[in-house]
Amino acid sequence: MKFTASRTAITLWLIFILGCSAIITRSHFTADLSAFLPRSPTPAQQLLLEQIHDGLASRLILVGIKGADAPARARISKQMAQQLRQNSQFVSVNNGEPVTAEQDRAYWFNHRYLLSATVTPERFGVAGLHNAISDSIDLLASPAGLLVKSMLPHDPTGEMVELLTQFSNSRPPALRDGAWISHDGSRALLLIQTRASGADTDAQQLAMTQIEQAYQLAAGTKATTQLEMTGPGVFSVKSRNTIKAQVTLLSIISVGLIATLLLLVYRSPTALILGFMPVISGALAGIAAVSLGFGTVHGITLGFGTALIGEAVDYSIYLFVQSEQRQHELWIKRYWPTIRLGVLTSIAGFASLLFSGFPGLAQLGLYSIAGLITAAAVTRYVLPHLLPDNFHIHDVTAIGIKLSCLEQNAPKLRWLAAGMLLLALAIVAKNHDHIWDDKISSLSPVSQADIALDTQLRADSGAPDVRYLVVISETTQEAVLRSSEQVANVLQTQVERGELASFDSPSHYLPSTASQRTRQASLPTAEQLQENLTNAVLGLPIQANRLSPFLTDVASARTQPLLQLSDLRGTSMAMAVDALLIHHGSDWRALLPLTALPNTEINAAHIRAALHGLPNVILVDMTQESNQLYSSYLHEAILLSLGGLVAVIALLLIVFRSPARVLRILAPLAVAVITVTAGLTLLGHALTILHLIGLLLVVAIGSNYALFFDRNTNTPAIAPRTLASMFFANLTTVAGFGLLAFSDVSILQAMGMTVAPGVILALIYSAIFARTAHAEN
Amino acid sequence: MMLFNRLLSIIPLLLCSSLSQAASWDIDQLMHNLALTRSGHATFVEKKTLALLDQPVTSSGELLYAAPDHLEKRTIKPKVENMLVDGDNLDIERGKKTYHLQLSDYPELAAFIDSIRGTLAGDRKALERTYQLSLEGNAANWTLQLIPNNARMQQVISRIRIMGAGDEVRSIDIAQTDGDSSHMQIEKVATP
Repeated sequence: MKFTASRTAITLWLIFILGCSAIITRSHFTADLSAFLPRSPTPAQQLLLEQIHDGLASRLILVGIKGADAPARARISKQMAQQLRQNSQFVSVNNGEPVTAEQDRAYWFNHRYLLSATVTPERFGVAGLHNAISDSIDLLASPAGLLVKSMLPHDPTGEMVELLTQFSNSRPPALRDGAWISHDGSRALLLIQTRASGADTDAQQLAMTQIEQAYQLAAGTKATTQLEMTGPGVFSVKSRNTIKAQVTLLSIISVGLIATLLLLVYRSPTALILGFMPVISGALAGIAAVSLGFGTVHGITLGFGTALIGEAVDYSIYLFVQSEQRQHELWIKRYWPTIRLGVLTSIAGFASLLFSGFPGLAQLGLYSIAGLITAAAVTRYVLPHLLPDNFHIHDVTAIGIKLSCLEQNAPKLRWLAAGMLLLALAIVAKNHDHIWDDKISSLSPVSQADIALDTQLRADSGAPDVRYLVVISETTQEAVLRSSEQVANVLQTQVERGELASFDSPSHYLPSTASQRTRQASLPTAEQLQENLTNAVLGLPIQANRLSPFLTDVASARTQPLLQLSDLRGTSMAMAVDALLIHHGSDWRALLPLTALPNTEINAAHIRAALHGLPNVILVDMTQESNQLYSSYLHEAILLSLGGLVAVIALLLIVFRSPARVLRILAPLAVAVITVTAGLTLLGHALTILHLIGLLLVVAIGSNYALFFDRNTNTPAIAPRTLASMFFANLTTVAGFGLLAFSDVSILQAMGMTVAPGVILALIYSAIFARTAHAEN
Repeated sequence: MMLFNRLLSIIPLLLCSSLSQAASWDIDQLMHNLALTRSGHATFVEKKTLALLDQPVTSSGELLYAAPDHLEKRTIKPKVENMLVDGDNLDIERGKKTYHLQLSDYPELAAFIDSIRGTLAGDRKALERTYQLSLEGNAANWTLQLIPNNARMQQVISRIRIMGAGDEVRSIDIAQTDGDSSHMQIEKVATP
């Protein structure tokens, strides 16, 4: 009967592990911030998410080529661009070569009478023509005259010049040897737009590989140049790789460290291997659960896995150290209820995170619940069956007795502890208004060096750094374009008033049908124009007969078919319109990005006031929106953690039915949490959501210690073996989390810095306060 | 007045050529002298003759130069206009509007501006990228002729002739392939 039970348990466990592994091999892993941004109700936040996932800026890769000399860099840039342009993964590859210049020019020139806002009936009357032609003649005398000379017979009113003025606001990088270079001339620059969205990390990684390959091919093997890449997609790929590499490295080191520690304690390789079974099972179950529940697994969740090794290994330590030789039945009877309560307490604490609207947080909640339940269940139901008959570990009673001495002396420290608590409380109270960091950038796993390179390349290439967007929503393309034209008029006034450097609008490239019709209707008939022109050139040094191409062009513009979206195909503006004019379900949306004047910030209030009264038009500050979003989730997380605390208290009250006892159990944990918070604040760390999770973990792990120390007056003094088990469990936890504190990835570092000191304090405070409570009883 | 100046300027030349070897005067020597001028301020009068127009258009204003590649042309008549060239960037301000152009986007305009900038900077290499150079006259009264050396430029410009005295540029004549031409007279503004 017993034999069957053990076989059943082991078989079920193996099937479970295989199942989890199968799920994990099909899982997707991400590392971008978007996983931390949930679906949210406001239109601005919805837009923010879409832009982060799929916006123009999210699909941009900025490439720099450093080293060698300018001609070599330009040659590499051109060869790379040529190869990448043939790849359908890339929507556009821009390095200053005039690939679409001909098409762009033809689009503007052939449709100038539909595109130019200056086309009005007055402009084609006698006076209007006279003034416009007179201006054009003045322009001939200027240095730019060389450019307009050949166009003048076709375009004496200068519509082309008008269009150029409107759209020459942005300043592309300088050219050298036929390719873009940076301001300081040290780099060749390329701006690449991927077809895949920035949130598709796998596709971004593929794009990066292809850029790398094109570079290798162009630069050759003996290259003295270096390739640099940046952009949101590159950041996602890099952080995913960094997190993966760090998690792998830290896992190996922490497993090695914990294994060495345990080997020293157990002096039995079998015990060591068996001791890791619950940990591995828990980690696999956690990742599989998150993968099933969320579709993708975030890198932070993986980092958390490393940390969990430190906690889940405790259960097997308790089993091995606490149970007398081969008396696992007795251990199950005497100690399992305490451990089970510890696991339940942790679950109660973490369950609240499942309700978070913040997927990153919900992932951590699900991960820890699945991981802890599995690790504990494997320890309880599978591990005893796996132990061989001759299983034994080194007797640790000697260490336990030494610890007992320490424990008996611990209460002497209670005044010191009380003093520290008061100090910690004072620090927390003094800094209470800036303990939390509510900027989303605090979560970013991107390194400072990468951010610096990004800033540099962005400044050099004039790539959009989309912070302010005017967003217009309508139900038809025509309506949204008409509204864009109105907004563009308002924004143009703001440009003239010096509030803005420039702005972009889809209506620049594709005017509404209404505007195109109006402009077409402004053009006079051939006879009328001929007559007006003859009168208009009177007094000007030009003969009307020289302008006959103008008459032909206007005549054909009068019957020209109106511009459609498809007419932009093959021009560089197609990409711009694709990003600025979005068809979303039954909704049409226009985005008008604003550019600030150099070294100034846009005054959002002024722009909002100017746009006031226009229906369905909003100004979105992407940076502020994302910070606000994060800040609201931070507050939600704090509330949820408090909810978790209430759940823990409720659970303990139901089990013990004694408020005093529950207070005794929780007091050392609360003190540990406050001390760690004060310590971090004192060291100048503003707390993020990951610190908060760390504090929750301190409570979850610490509750085990507190429960072991907790006892009624009639129970005997704590056994030396139990003390030893807690000491070892604590050491392994500190080893696991302590390593995270040395990570370059700020989010992992945050968790390590919180948990490692927190669990040490939780153990010490539990010893100090438990004894005091005992004496009082 | 002009004639008088020229006569005066011949005197040191006569002294010069009698004292040293006349053979040392060449394009390199001219470029070297021009390169010594790090900045300059002058007035200009420009007359353009265009087939399209019945009569030539005349403009005038100021020129400012700072080595190696900053050039400003402030037209005052017939309309206030400011042209600023810095490296590859060309800004033209007319009334309320500013046009930003990249010289590299307009090779003809770039070659044209570089003929002036290259001469002022004494940058023979830059000039020879686009033009074949030939020099006539002497240090006190020289004529530098630039003939485009590539087919693309030859379609636009047939010849540029720059005349000067010592390290000063006095006039620039441009003959375009289509028969249009321009003549710019430059006069140095004495710097205090």
